[in-house]
This record gives sequence, structure tokens and C-alpha cells, in this order.
Amino acid sequence: MTGLSFADAIQLLLVGLSQGCLYSLIAIGLVLVYKATEQVNFAQGEFMMLGAFVGYQFIVLWGLPYWLGALLTLVFMGGFGYGVDALVVRRLTGQPVFTVFILTLALGIALRAVAGIVWGFGNYSLPAPVEGNLTLGSVIIGWSSVLAILVTAIVASGLYAFFRYARQGVAMQALSLNQLAAFYMGIPVKRLTSSIWAMSAIFGAIAGLLLGPVTLVSTQMGFVGFKAFAGAIVGGFGSIPGAVLGCLLIGVTEPFFDIMFPTFKGIGAYLIMFVVLLIRPEGLLAQIYAKKV
Amino acid sequence: MRVLFRKSYKQDIRLFRDRTQAFWYLLFLCIALAAPLFLDGYFLDELSFVYIYAIAGLGLMILTGFSGQVSFGQAAFVAIGAYAHTILLSRYGVPWILSLPLAALITGLVGLAIGRICGRMHGLYLAIATLSIAIVTERLIGGGGDFTGGHRGLPVPGIDIFGIAIDQSWKTYLLNLALFVGAILMTRNLLRTRSGRALIAIRDSEVSARSLGTNVAFYKAYAFFLSAVFAGLAGGLLAHAFYYITPETFGMGESIRLLLMIVVGGIGTIHGAIFGAFFIVLLPTVLSWVKVLLPGAIATSGGFDSLAFGMILLGFILFEPDGLYGRWVKIHHYFNVFPMYKRRSFQRQKTFLKTERLK
Repeated sequence: MTGLSFADAIQLLLVGLSQGCLYSLIAIGLVLVYKATEQVNFAQGEFMMLGAFVGYQFIVLWGLPYWLGALLTLVFMGGFGYGVDALVVRRLTGQPVFTVFILTLALGIALRAVAGIVWGFGNYSLPAPVEGNLTLGSVIIGWSSVLAILVTAIVASGLYAFFRYARQGVAMQALSLNQLAAFYMGIPVKRLTSSIWAMSAIFGAIAGLLLGPVTLVSTQMGFVGFKAFAGAIVGGFGSIPGAVLGCLLIGVTEPFFDIMFPTFKGIGAYLIMFVVLLIRPEGLLAQIYAKKV
Repeated sequence: MRVLFRKSYKQDIRLFRDRTQAFWYLLFLCIALAAPLFLDGYFLDELSFVYIYAIAGLGLMILTGFSGQVSFGQAAFVAIGAYAHTILLSRYGVPWILSLPLAALITGLVGLAIGRICGRMHGLYLAIATLSIAIVTERLIGGGGDFTGGHRGLPVPGIDIFGIAIDQSWKTYLLNLALFVGAILMTRNLLRTRSGRALIAIRDSEVSARSLGTNVAFYKAYAFFLSAVFAGLAGGLLAHAFYYITPETFGMGESIRLLLMIVVGGIGTIHGAIFGAFFIVLLPTVLSWVKVLLPGAIATSGGFDSLAFGMILLGFILFEPDGLYGRWVKIHHYFNVFPMYKRRSFQRQKTFLKTERLK
């Protein structure tokens, strides 16, 4: 690492941290759904993209005030997530995991196409929630990046408390262990599952609204979702602290990797995942202990 | 309805079930062989693509359909095969007839190495690991400098077998057909041998396969090897069909397309790979016919093709998870038992989630 001063390193670290936080927001959505239903949502990146596009519709095209537009986006995406489960995914309850993989992949393809038809295939700019930069000595970081870090911290700790203390959260944990038993205990399995999809779509939309100003809104932005997958797997899929940890690890190392190996830009995340999986095949915070027959 | 009596043990491992079946398949083969007589160049090229995709699909079917390892990275092996073949052919002057098997072997060895690593993973972990192999391979080839031609790509030389130039549509068609039929026979043969049955046992239950003495790690890696060999073969042929290869041709999207292809065809059957290849190659042609009938605004927007693709897939997963071949089996069964058809015969068992996670 030649010519990389201390201040540059700190700068990259902060950039990576805020990027990692955005990955974590997507990954939290993934893990929530997985935790509750053992279904893997490959369209989570597309949920994020859709969130960004809906925000673009409300804020830029209809000219609503930013925070109102953002709130409406979250409400819309919550309804969308609920609908996706209630209308489509619920039909596959109890089918092999692979079937749901394919279903959500197909859903992702369809959503990308719909977004392209409705809003076009170009790049669109979304305003940042807060403008300006924070200057600390020679290190400059955008307030929106600081916001991304803060939001992730709030969401992650909020979720932790929710699963620990709230009645609904405990019900969701029961649901994730054994659907049939949870149903016999009087837990409204269908409604709860759909609510979890709604929550996961909302977190996707938050990530989309925060990522939109950085990378521009386009139909291709959903591919970031695969990095969130890599991060969640590094942490051990199914654990929320693990997902945040893994995504931060990937987010922080990525800019350094890109600077060291400019020709192989963008594969750092996957290489890290491979190394982690080689050492610990179930991720850092393992969730699967023994395979039952 | 035909009743099949079991008269010898050989019956279970025969290539065809009975004479009728043999007759139909040989008839199809004859029609395929005679196709250059009545089809023009465009359709012959399309059919060549079908055969090549079917070879790659058979490879993926061995891995995902028979040994149960979901792979999102088949296009990476196709890419390795295509590049190995092109580089051997144009840079080292290896004759075509040697270069193609060599490329397939190189791809197979890469697959073996990857299978050895990935054999320990299951389900989602395996899917994402193979997906990242697809992404990493694309980037590595792109960043490979002069050796791989980087993002500019490589031109592919023509086919030349013992001095006979394969330069016309019908010649490449017959070549692809021959390799395609060979690939089907190989897969069929695999399924009636000990190793094929081991793969299926692993798919159905890894724990019971292990307790019956199957070497799970070996057979998982073996499935990766075979799958990569098929993919490498398809890659070499695909390179010739494209005339010019770039890393982007074999990206992540292509991997997912290959996987979706075998799902639409019908997972876990040889027919499925072939039906899926027909579906994926002929879909753009069919859609271009459909588009003429639609209002201009929908037809001209760029997303129409992928929207149709996504919606067709959603429809298959929700209403016909066994794919095109599953539908064919049902129709066949309907006429076989004519007035007695019961929808229940094909109903899938409903199960409820019980997690493997303990907290």
C-alpha cells in the first residue's frame, strides 16, 4: 500500500463503514425473512431498487417535501412487501427452499423489468436527506453517510430489542422455530409472516433512499443486494448481529481492496466471503448446529 | 394403459424402456438429422444454439437436478471452457479435435477443485458461493490482460476437423447435434450406473446416503467435475457460435438464465434440460412475433422481454413446479388412463417449516 497516508486510510475506512451500513440494511431485510420463514429472498436488492424509484417518484417527480415523500415511500413499500407474501410467496409454504430461490429470482427479474418500463432504464438522481459535509481535520465525510451509519445503528438495536422484549417479536421467533406448533399456540402465522415481509421491504426501501443519492437510481442498483448476501453469509445467515458484522467487514475492506487491485475492482467482497467460508463453513456466528435427518 | 412386467434385472438399466420408446426417440433423431434438408440457415443456427444450451443444461442438471447442489455459477464454467478452447486453438495451434476435449478437461479440473471446496456447503451458502464464482470468474477474465484479451474479448477461429472446414450452417448444425446426442447418452448412462444412483441418493437425503456407505464428499466433487466438463464442452461450441467472446457474455445473468432454464424444463430429468433449452433459445423469437400484436408503447420499451421471462417463470413456479416436462408427463398420463385421471395423482405433499437452526 504505497502512497496511502493515514488520513486517506481513515477516509476510506469511513466511506467503507457507511457503505457497509447500507449493505447491512439490505442484509437485515434478508435475514428477517430467513429467520422467520426459512425463505431466502433473492429479490431483496430489487425491493431496495423499487424503494429508491418510488422515492424518486414522490420526491422528484411529484415534488413532495423530502421527509413526507420518504415516509410515503416506506408506507408504500411496506404494503408492497405484505402483498408479495400474501399473494405470491405464501403459496409456496412448505415447498423446498430451492423453489423459493427460483421464485424470488423470477420476481427480481420481473421487478427490474417493471421499473424499467415505468421509470426508464437511465440513471436518475435522488436528493440526499441532508446536504453538506462533516469535516474532521483532513477527513471529510458527507452528512448522509453519517446518517446511514446512524440509521443502521438504530434499526439494528431496535430490532434486537423488538425480538427480545416485544410480544410480536417473541411470536416471530416462535414462528421461525416451528410453524405448525406456533399455529397451535394461537399465533396468527399468515399475518405475522406477511408483516415480516413488509418489515423487510421497508428496510430495503430505507437502504434504497440512502443509497440512491450516492450511486444514482437505476434498474441495475439491485445488484448491490448480492454483496449484502455475501455479508450476511460471512456473518452466518440467519443472525442479525452476524449480518451487520459481516456487512461492515465487507464494506470496510472493499475500498482498500479496490485501491490495491484496481483491475479486479468489485470482487473483494466475494473473496472475503470465500476465505471466511473456507475457515468457518457456516459463517462467523454459526446458526446451524446439526443437520437433522 | 401399458403394464410393464419385470422379467429380468437387466430391464432396470436398459437404455430404452421398450420398443415403442426406442422407436420414438430414433424417429426424433432421424428428423433432427434430416433437418438441414428442409430448414433454412436461420433456424439451423437457432437449433444449434438449442443443442449447445442443452449440453450446458445437462451439465447443470447433473449438478443441481441429480446431485441436488444448487449452482448459480454454471456460466463461469462455460466461460472457462470457451476461453480455454479459443486460447488453445488460436494461440497454441492445437488441432480442433484435441482442443475441445482438452478445454472440457481443463474446465472439469477447475470444477473438481471448486467442488472440493464447495462440497461442504449446502443450500443458500452453496448458491451464493457459486454465484460469487461466476462474478469472480468474469472479473478475472476481464482483468486478465493480453492473455484473455481483457474486456475487449477474443476472436474465435473457424472449426477445422482433419482439414475439413466446418463453415456452413448445416455442417455446424450436424456437429452440434452429434455432440448433443453424445451428451444425452452420457447422462443417460450415468443415471443407470452406481455413481448416478449415488448422486440421486445424495440429493434425496445426504444423511441416509452417508449411512449407506456412499462417499458423499467424493460424489459431490464428482458431480461438479462432470457438470464442468459438460459446461466446458458447451463453452467451446458456444465460442464458435458467437465468433467473438467477451467476459460479459458469460456473466452472472447468464448463470441465472441457465438455472432458470432447467427449472422451466423440469428439474431432475434429462428431458427437462432439453425442453428448457428450446424454451430459452426460442423465447426471444416467439416474443418478437407476439410484440407485433401489442400496442407500440409496451412492445418498444426495453423491459418487455425480461418482464415476459420473469412472469412466465413465476407462472411455472406457482402453477407447474415440475416444469414443461412435468406438464408433458401429466398430459401423457391423462390420455394413458383416459377416463380415470385424478388430479390427486400428482399432488405435492404439504409440509410445515421446522428449522435446522436451534435458536
